[in-house]
Amino acid sequence: MEQAKALLGLLLLVPALAAEPLRDSLREELLLSPLPSGDLAATFQFRTRWDSDLQREGVSHYRLFPKALGQLISKYSVRELHLSLTQGFWRTRSWGQPYLQAPAGAELWVWFQDSVADVDKAWKDLSNILSGIFCASLNFIDSTNTVTPTASFKPLGLANATDHHFLRYAVLPREVVCTENLTPWKKLLPCSSKAGLAVLLKAERLFHSSYHSQAVHIRPICRDGACLTSSWELRQTLTVVFDSFATGQGKKDWSLFKIFSRTLTEACPLASQSKIYVDISSKGQENELLEVTPAPQSVHEASVQGNRRTYAVYDLLDPGLFNVSRSLNVQLKWKRPQDSLDLAAPVLHAQRYVSGYGLQTGEISTLVYNTHPYRAFPVLLLETVPWYLRLYIHTLTIITKGKENKPSYIHYQPAQDRRRPHLLEMLIQLPANSVTKITIQFERALLKWTEYTPDPNHGFYVSPSVLSALVPSIIAMKEEDEELSPLFASLFPSSDGSSYFVRLYTEPLLVNLPTPDFSMPYNVICLTCTVVAVCYGSFYNLLTRTFHVEEPSRGGLAKRLANIIRKMRGVPPL
Amino acid sequence: MAAPLVLVLLVAVTVRAVLYRSSLAGLISERVEVASPLNAWKRVVEGLALLDLGVSPYSGDVFHETPLVIYLFHFLIDYAELVFMITDMLTAVALYLAIQDYNKVLFKKQKLLIELDKYAPDVAELIRTPMEMHYIPLKVALFYLLNPYTVMSCIAKSTCAINNTVIAFFILATIKGSAFLSAVFLALATYQSLYPLTLFAPALLYLLQRQFIPVKMKSKDFWFYTVQYAGLYLASLVVIVCLSFFLLNSWDFIPSVYGFILSVPDLTPNVGLFWYFFAEMFEHFSLFFVCVFQINVFFYTIPLAVKLKEHPIFFMFVQLAIISIFKSYPTVGDIALYMAFLPLWSHLYRFLRNIFILSCVLIVCSLLFPVLWHLWIYAGSANSNFYYAITLTFNVGQILLISDYFYAFLQREYYLTHGLYLTRKDGTEAMLVLK
Repeated sequence: MEQAKALLGLLLLVPALAAEPLRDSLREELLLSPLPSGDLAATFQFRTRWDSDLQREGVSHYRLFPKALGQLISKYSVRELHLSLTQGFWRTRSWGQPYLQAPAGAELWVWFQDSVADVDKAWKDLSNILSGIFCASLNFIDSTNTVTPTASFKPLGLANATDHHFLRYAVLPREVVCTENLTPWKKLLPCSSKAGLAVLLKAERLFHSSYHSQAVHIRPICRDGACLTSSWELRQTLTVVFDSFATGQGKKDWSLFKIFSRTLTEACPLASQSKIYVDISSKGQENELLEVTPAPQSVHEASVQGNRRTYAVYDLLDPGLFNVSRSLNVQLKWKRPQDSLDLAAPVLHAQRYVSGYGLQTGEISTLVYNTHPYRAFPVLLLETVPWYLRLYIHTLTIITKGKENKPSYIHYQPAQDRRRPHLLEMLIQLPANSVTKITIQFERALLKWTEYTPDPNHGFYVSPSVLSALVPSIIAMKEEDEELSPLFASLFPSSDGSSYFVRLYTEPLLVNLPTPDFSMPYNVICLTCTVVAVCYGSFYNLLTRTFHVEEPSRGGLAKRLANIIRKMRGVPPL
Repeated sequence: MAAPLVLVLLVAVTVRAVLYRSSLAGLISERVEVASPLNAWKRVVEGLALLDLGVSPYSGDVFHETPLVIYLFHFLIDYAELVFMITDMLTAVALYLAIQDYNKVLFKKQKLLIELDKYAPDVAELIRTPMEMHYIPLKVALFYLLNPYTVMSCIAKSTCAINNTVIAFFILATIKGSAFLSAVFLALATYQSLYPLTLFAPALLYLLQRQFIPVKMKSKDFWFYTVQYAGLYLASLVVIVCLSFFLLNSWDFIPSVYGFILSVPDLTPNVGLFWYFFAEMFEHFSLFFVCVFQINVFFYTIPLAVKLKEHPIFFMFVQLAIISIFKSYPTVGDIALYMAFLPLWSHLYRFLRNIFILSCVLIVCSLLFPVLWHLWIYAGSANSNFYYAITLTFNVGQILLISDYFYAFLQREYYLTHGLYLTRKDGTEAMLVLK
């Protein structure tokens, strides 16, 4: 009886425990947007929010938030962490402004708490641990590719003070992203890839694409409107661009099954929100350009990046969705062949290339376009160039519309050989409807033979330059509550309704350096030492010996032997 | 006497002015043989640009000039071409005056030795006449000003020309017998490029000789004078270094200038021996070999001082040549300085053994430098070994040239005291050998 009572008490206790408000929540979201070029971009976002202070409280119980990352944050006093692993390059000109672009390769930037005494050591340890967690070569991050930008990378989350000494930024443009990076990333998800949107994340399809970028963003956010306490937010994003021409046999129609070879059957049971957005906004007046099936449950209108957009929304948590058929396979059909020529260039885009011939000098040129018809705006440009390309800052020219454009802010940190890279940050005003050309000359260094990467004639990568700008929007945007708006629109804080924040990355560069002959070390050491010895020998001779008149000698051994034989033969000696 | 010098100066100025205006100027200033990381004009401009941006020029690894140079050009940047022409002219005039004075001293000494019967009786043809010595200063000036190496150095605005001027003034002050100015200019030269430190020994020997103080370890006068000269030298060095400190208010220039010279971190190809050697070096032997290679400049000074105690100016010439061969970032400008002294030793010509071959080697190598550079860097049809091979040959040529002059000098000294026509005991003509 007593036992039964205890059992009853226990049973009563369980709902009581569950009734306590959950301190963490998960939202998952998939955005499918047809790109102007006809390709399809899929952006997954998984947001885990945790109302707890990881640093203060000795947290040991983790529910949705991955323990590996939580411990990392508290151990290294991380304030913000942004890591992205990308394969391919987002073509801004033909794909339009990205929601969240990342540079090719690996990018890591971290804000540490003010309490960290040795930021460099914490950075080194952190990158090594992340390297282990994500199976990426982040352990190659060292002082030669780490910089401390002063203005380009502001904290995205809550931050009181922004002393840039606690920021570290590094890009590894050579990093190749593949399945082994995707698997640990998927494991961080509460439902892993067992249920919910993550079911679609099949490596075989994701890497058969033109652009693949996976990222982890950790930042503190406001717990509520009053913003007295902070919560932690982990945002895992994955953007893929599928080449619909290649996969769809020349047709631009697509369906979930066609692109991911899976369909959705349920939402992640742990998620509090699970939605699919399909961008169905059409340019111009013809509304009946495309058709999505099944019919969307609702339509969401939002102003994103200065444009008004319409999205068809499917809520996976809505029980009505799976009533009709057991699985959801969103399809999009174009009613008429759409002409892809009407793609308007994004307001801000940039390209970069290296010019010059030969292996002695060269020039890096960056072209920044502002296609806004009447608004000028400033852009922050960040260049990180490895030390072996010796930049000459006096050759920096910025030309807009044939005139010199003087940057209003310039921060330059010259490189130190084998210790740190060049860092150049500039705030440049871009006049309306203009192209700004930024050129800087460099000299290629000859390295020690052990400093070359394997296959040195492939070249050396230079990380992309980063453009950060508040781009004035063409239409007025209304402020939206962050908790209610879709995730893809809410990573960068928008300042006001008239402009939106954009961060763009240009192409990484591949630069050849002069190489020594790698098979020669022994020969070179021998030959050079021989020359030094020739000098030593001749000087030693002249310094230690004196001139003498050559006296007739008794001759060498050979002569004496010959004379003995001659004597025996009876002939006069030599 | 001054008229021909003025003419030479005018010709030199014209040549430089024409070249500055031609399209060759850009080409020459990019040449690695002319501009090393230590003295390239591009890097001076970069240093000034960094200063304008409010960044310490020494915070990066591009600028390696001394603070005095950066301040000189801070004011004279617009007249840079003029500055480099003037420094070249000053170097030539200083050398001219120095050699003129030295010839007088030499002639007096020769007269004294003849009167004292120190020379062998049959050496009349070795005795130098005022006639042949008359044009030597002019030839020295001519050799410096119209040497293609100097001209290229000047066109490329390599600050090596400034170092050469300082060294020329140091030689002039030494030969004129001014211990104070000599010490000051030596300190300046040391401050500029470190290696002229080794010229302390020949300058001291010459000044002692001028004061008729014998070089004896027990002599009080010798020690007094040595300490005095060393004191002057060190004091001016300290003053200059402190002045540089106050100009920029930091000691950053010490590692950035002298550390850079000594540890050879920049492996940009040049005409020297260091770049390829350290590019191909095994990492853990690097420090050892840096020491071994750097010691070469300083290593020969003491034995040379002992051997050439009586001939400090020849000692200075040999030491300058050694510096230009074994310094870590040599350029053709350094070579031009010691080559300017070659006319001074024209009386050694008959004793030189392979001057023709060596001249050919040096000329051919100089012509091959740009060719092989082009093949390696631009055409891609050759590799670094080609350029390395030619620097190696060039340095062998220089080393043999210097040792040939050294050999000839010693041989002539021997003939002067022992007679030109040596015979063996049995009366046949004798051979002279080093033993």
